[in-house]
Amino acid sequence: MTPDADVVFVETFDIKGGDFIKAGEASGAVKRYLKELGLPSDVVRRTAIAVYEAEMNVVVHAYEGTLRFALTDEAIVIEVADRGPGIADIEQAMREGYSTAPPEIQEMGFGAGMGLPNMDKNTDKMTIESKVGEGTIVRMVIYL
Amino acid sequence: MEQEHKLTLEEIVKLLDAEVVVGGEDMCCCFCYGAAADLMSDVLAFMVDGAILLTGLANDQVIRTADMVDCSVVVLVRGKRPTEPMVALAKRQNVTLLSTHHSMYAACGLLFQAGLPPVIIQRDHDA
Repeated sequence: MTPDADVVFVETFDIKGGDFIKAGEASGAVKRYLKELGLPSDVVRRTAIAVYEAEMNVVVHAYEGTLRFALTDEAIVIEVADRGPGIADIEQAMREGYSTAPPEIQEMGFGAGMGLPNMDKNTDKMTIESKVGEGTIVRMVIYL
Repeated sequence: MEQEHKLTLEEIVKLLDAEVVVGGEDMCCCFCYGAAADLMSDVLAFMVDGAILLTGLANDQVIRTADMVDCSVVVLVRGKRPTEPMVALAKRQNVTLLSTHHSMYAACGLLFQAGLPPVIIQRDHDA
């Protein structure tokens, strides 16, 4: 599949690292849009969870990032790219329970090493590219 | 998923001796499951439709998380009070926010005893 082949809708959101007031706004907008379109509730829910976890990852770990959301005639394609510390060991980061989040993030209910596994579980395809000291790009696809 | 036991919002409020901080317009609204967590990633991982969330966390991300998983009732335990932004967000997202003086353990026990079952968590190897 070429996820961008027949794009119906594209929107890009900016995410600011450390901004916990706005954290979740981009995901909320994506969810509302999909709900308004009348897509199956399972698709809306899986997308919302994956996008929210990805957005929180940028807020928690990175300086800034962008969330690009595209809807094609056969899939939802999400790309979250950040400028941040990057992930040294992606395999380790994918393991449930592994986290590098500081304790104050854990007190907020996040950073328990569930984010990436949750994103993986809720999407049909997920790839991570990362360069230590530069940033991370997460691409996710959910088929309609 | 079987949905036998249901509690109305009115029954939940009564059982928990809770204060309705936000929402509560439809007290006859029914709920089939209860879930309790302070870890929002856990909520994102196991929440199902028709469940209420009990939590000891009182910050905006609780409401954002509830919204993502279509959870329309959040109960703050141990007398926790929501912050003003949390109240504003709950109003905007149509999330009913309750506050009970009961501890997490006691609140869960009261709802369980009244017939509200837990969310069934599917183990990975069952999937």
